[in-house]
Amino acid sequence: MLYRENGQFKTSYAADQQIFAIAQDRWAILAIIVFALVGVPLLVDEYLFRAILIPFLILSLAALGVNILVGYCGQITLGAGAFMAVGAYAAYNFHIRIDGLPLLVSFLLGGCTAAAVGIVFGIPSLRVRGLYLAVATLAAQFFTDWVFLRVPWFTNNASSGSVSVANLQILSWRIETPVDKYLLCLTILVVFALLAKNMTRCAIGRQWMAIRDMDVAAEVIGIRPLFAKLSAFAVSSFFVGTAGALWGFVHLASWEPAAFSVDRSFQLLFMVIIGGLGSIMGSFFGAAFIVILPIALNQFLPAIGSVFGVSISTAGVSHAELIIFGALIIFFLIKEPHGIARMWSTGKEKLRLWPFPH
Amino acid sequence: MGFFIETLIGGLMAGMLYSLVALGFVLIFKASGVFNFAQGAMVLFAALAMARFSAWVPEWLGVDSRLLANGIAFVLSGALMFAVAWLIERLVLRHLVNQDGATLLMATLGIAYVLEGVGSSIFGSDIYKIDVGMPKEPVMILEESIEGGLLINREDFVAALIAALLVSLLWLFFQKTATGRALRAVADDHQAAQSIGIPLNRIWVIVWCVAGLVALVAGIIWGSKLGVQFSLATVALRALPVVILGGLTSIPGAIIGGLIIGVGEKLSEVYLGPFIGGGIEIWFAYQLALVFLLFRPQGLFGEKIIDRV
Repeated sequence: MLYRENGQFKTSYAADQQIFAIAQDRWAILAIIVFALVGVPLLVDEYLFRAILIPFLILSLAALGVNILVGYCGQITLGAGAFMAVGAYAAYNFHIRIDGLPLLVSFLLGGCTAAAVGIVFGIPSLRVRGLYLAVATLAAQFFTDWVFLRVPWFTNNASSGSVSVANLQILSWRIETPVDKYLLCLTILVVFALLAKNMTRCAIGRQWMAIRDMDVAAEVIGIRPLFAKLSAFAVSSFFVGTAGALWGFVHLASWEPAAFSVDRSFQLLFMVIIGGLGSIMGSFFGAAFIVILPIALNQFLPAIGSVFGVSISTAGVSHAELIIFGALIIFFLIKEPHGIARMWSTGKEKLRLWPFPH
Repeated sequence: MGFFIETLIGGLMAGMLYSLVALGFVLIFKASGVFNFAQGAMVLFAALAMARFSAWVPEWLGVDSRLLANGIAFVLSGALMFAVAWLIERLVLRHLVNQDGATLLMATLGIAYVLEGVGSSIFGSDIYKIDVGMPKEPVMILEESIEGGLLINREDFVAALIAALLVSLLWLFFQKTATGRALRAVADDHQAAQSIGIPLNRIWVIVWCVAGLVALVAGIIWGSKLGVQFSLATVALRALPVVILGGLTSIPGAIIGGLIIGVGEKLSEVYLGPFIGGGIEIWFAYQLALVFLLFRPQGLFGEKIIDRV
């Protein structure tokens, strides 16, 4: 009834090509952004920022990057955690070794370093594909784990092996409270999401998708696989690396290589697959699902247990969490293998006909 | 010279153990096209079951002999693995027919979480021991022909023998029995196999059962070597380079790949490690596999990849 595009005519190509073609979508997304910028900082308490909102924003950014590679270019990667680590450690080294380098610049340089490393580890994708490639990208994961643990230069010879940053500042804005951190992450995420959306709509994005759908056929019609695959690796690693820098600097403030272990890579891949491959929106859904689910389980399981008169021990809760998490993932994959993004678009289609479907 | 040969033999034996885990991957991938990330969790689950049953059986039944207790525990754990295989086919795989590789891979990761959770809530999450009477003390051999002799770890030796035995049994099963023939047919072509009346679902259950058994044997051997603990599940990550090096669809590939990785790891750790810092074992295996892949993208013995547009 409300969600209907009747009477919205497009009179120019630009209007035809816009990201949100329906006026209601435009208003909704504007409202969400304004609410996230103004409303959330006023309403939400500190715990929610720390535990949910900031991790959600940063991991959405990383999931966007992974989605570009896996969802748009079809190259399965299990090494996303490695590129997060590269981004974080590179940004750290730029930050402490070059005096007076603006914080945002070191984030972006961290992302660029990750992109360079991503290109190197993307080279096998020219020869191998599919599951072989997935395992090959694990090489990146284990290699970076080892490098950041064993080569003291990267951690500035820290004796404990963990590095920390303090006193983040952009121009005269000191980033101290969770609200500041949240706003910083949100701004970066919005800019990057717009970038990703536009990149996937233009020539390079169409090349990626052609490679994903059938790489030999794409090669035949004149797409260079070398350029398309490596550019996907570079862009994806740039996103993931920037997210890694944010994760280290803003969320953790002090970290060691274990923060970017192979579990993180799996987690990111879960996000894009549950959220929806080849969908920008899906990355957000996936990140929200994976970030919130464990916390929700952790909070609600003891409560549910006490309703039935069973007290669950802490160990029991963590086991039950694992089981339910795994089962839910399987359930989602069976019910909607195309991810939450597909459910979302089905829902929107239904909404357009509501309340009088055919 | 003696030291080099010792390292080499150590590598070969470690390689045999990797092959055991890799075998589980290959069996399942061949028959159902699922890249089973849960293999590590299955090894852990089987090892946990074995460790706990062998401790519980004497209490329940009042059996005194350790051999008998271990035997009963083995049968019970085997039955449990069969049940797990059946459940996985029933609840998960049957509903995911025809999905693409990445989705299936994620589903097996989900299975891995469930197995780890269930395993540690039934059997507890402490560190357990499996005692199947493996000889622990090393022996000296060939003292006459090589100066200083060779120090061989008897436990590794027995484990490698068991692994070799299991592989030959599997080979016999695959080549000489009717079920084995059906399994190979399914591996070659699902649709053709189905059209001549081979029931796909039953074949999948059988293959997961076999993989469960392999996981049980691997779990017992690794468990008695390292102790049964959560980190046993990461054995699968160590075995992945073996799988892609040998080829995802080749059983001999899993064996040869295992041996190559085992030897490569040990030699690199001993001869390269001192120069660039220790702990390189884990990524060195992956790099080795990667270099092989650059020349043979389908692995050593994998089926040749043919592109059709």
